[in-house]
Amino acid sequence: MAERGATALLEREQLEEARRPAARGVRSDLWRTLRRARLGLVGVVILAMIAIAAIAAPVIAPHDPYQGSLAVSRQCPAFTTCPNLGGSFARTGASEGTLEYPLGTDPNGRDVFSRIIYAARISLIVGVTAVVIGGTVGVVAGLASGYYGGWLDSVIMRIADIQLAFPFILLAIAIVAVLGGGLVNVIIVLGIGSWVPYARIVRGQVLSAKSQEYVLAARTIGAQDAAILFRHVLPNVITPAIIIATFGVAAAIIGEATLSFLGVGIQPPTPTWGNMLADGRAYVASAWWLATFPGLAIMLTVLSINVIGDWLRDYLDPRLRNVD
Amino acid sequence: MTQYIIRRLWQSVIVVFGVVTVVFFVLQLTGDPVRIMMGENSSEEDIQNVKRQLGLDRPIHEQYVSFLVKAVQGNFGDSIRQRGQPAMGIVLSRYPATLQLAFLALALSVILATIFGVVSAVKRYSVLDNVVMFLALIGQSVPNFWLGIMLILFFAVQFGVLPSQGSGDGSIRYLILPMLTLAAPGLARLTRLVRSGMLEIMNQDYIRTARAKGLQDGRVIFGHALKNAAIPLVTVIGLDMGALLGGAVVTEQIFAWPGVGLEVIMAINGRDFPVVQAAVFVIAVSFVLINLIVDLAYTWLDPRVRLT
Repeated sequence: MAERGATALLEREQLEEARRPAARGVRSDLWRTLRRARLGLVGVVILAMIAIAAIAAPVIAPHDPYQGSLAVSRQCPAFTTCPNLGGSFARTGASEGTLEYPLGTDPNGRDVFSRIIYAARISLIVGVTAVVIGGTVGVVAGLASGYYGGWLDSVIMRIADIQLAFPFILLAIAIVAVLGGGLVNVIIVLGIGSWVPYARIVRGQVLSAKSQEYVLAARTIGAQDAAILFRHVLPNVITPAIIIATFGVAAAIIGEATLSFLGVGIQPPTPTWGNMLADGRAYVASAWWLATFPGLAIMLTVLSINVIGDWLRDYLDPRLRNVD
Repeated sequence: MTQYIIRRLWQSVIVVFGVVTVVFFVLQLTGDPVRIMMGENSSEEDIQNVKRQLGLDRPIHEQYVSFLVKAVQGNFGDSIRQRGQPAMGIVLSRYPATLQLAFLALALSVILATIFGVVSAVKRYSVLDNVVMFLALIGQSVPNFWLGIMLILFFAVQFGVLPSQGSGDGSIRYLILPMLTLAAPGLARLTRLVRSGMLEIMNQDYIRTARAKGLQDGRVIFGHALKNAAIPLVTVIGLDMGALLGGAVVTEQIFAWPGVGLEVIMAINGRDFPVVQAAVFVIAVSFVLINLIVDLAYTWLDPRVRLT
């Protein structure tokens, strides 16, 4: 029986399904959507908290993110004991963490917690604006490509192929290294770098939508192409793009962190999770908290966006529901 | 079939041509390479002389054509940091280390993702399934440079069981942490895909037929279901190579792994643009080739594609 147990459950489910497809479908759907919805809700709450912290950073952050005091250099987080490594790393200050600096301090004596809160601003701004840029470019390209077809379609899709042929991060590094880092350049590069998936999915949707009767009807009454595309076609093809955009915010946040980590993104002293990690990396043996907490912040943010994305996909695109 | 291969080859050529073009224009954005190469102390006359020698005083379309001709031959000029060394040679000498890392990470993520995904699908909604899916969700959300640092923190700093920098004497111990770091994001994504692919396939008629004729579970799952669930995965793996080669840049940086990625970051910091271009070119061409192979494998796995 043991080896049969492996698929016994599945078999039973399938038998049940064969007998009462509707009944089982509803029950399983309910359970699954509930699970997703609960996780999605947790994501919404966490993301809302991060967003509020970012917006209200000057109020919430206990210390100045730029000014530190060398008297409290590399102090460990609350409830931990600071390692004393001797030699040039010998510790003269407190040997235990305090609530004054809940996540410890960096070598310049700056509060890690305050810097993480301020860095959330950068991450969220980059994530959202990069998606707005990439999404707009991609959706417009996809609409044009699918609606007009012909040479325009070929050109746009070949450009998409070429762009996909680059490992994106390498292209971003090369461009940002040439143009210089900084918030605006990072946003532009990450934005332009992300248009392809939108274009592809919108193009596919337009191809199937343009032969539908509402498009023919609009054309018959003499509507212009732009009006047909944006007023009639767009609302019918936008759903998958919204789902991509959600995951796109997470991808852009990781992209910014990666560029800043490699030193070609947003430059210190502006705190970003990526450049905090890069700074902390040198102290991984003597001050573990410097690299640990900014990474946790990235993970928490990206995780909450991803579960919201999963949830949204379930909700907006019923065809994908059975795929789980 | 032959027609399909020819069309696919032609597309690849166009893509590589586009890559070279982009590389050329990124160079144009960098400003004057000669000034960077000669340093600030050289006279205007010297700069003009060198420009004439290198053909950089000619109109841009002529430069573009000669760049294309050289690029096709793999000639991107000499490195600026290491005088007299061809940029392509430097990149190619680092290439095997990157390939080794990328392919091992790919193999690891495919093997583990298949195991986790199948188990998760077969035991749907079990505790095991929930744990695997939760870990996959985390894995998709962790930036891999942070994962690398955390692995160093635990295995190299805290417990001191694995080396964290370089390739040392070439022993496998040096590969373990970089390989895990690079494999993690793909592993997480593939696991979810294998699971959902398997769930979809298990509802198909031919699986029911296989069961009905009395095949054992193992053969149904691995002989019939997995084989078909693998088809869409092949495409994803091809696309993943892009992420993998890009991820290698970051991973190599963290572990000082002596591959193309480490070289390209040093080249960027040293404003050594010929090396940067050669590296981008080599990686993009690898990616195009891998996807070409994947697409051809795909037609072999799924004959329906040939018709479209």
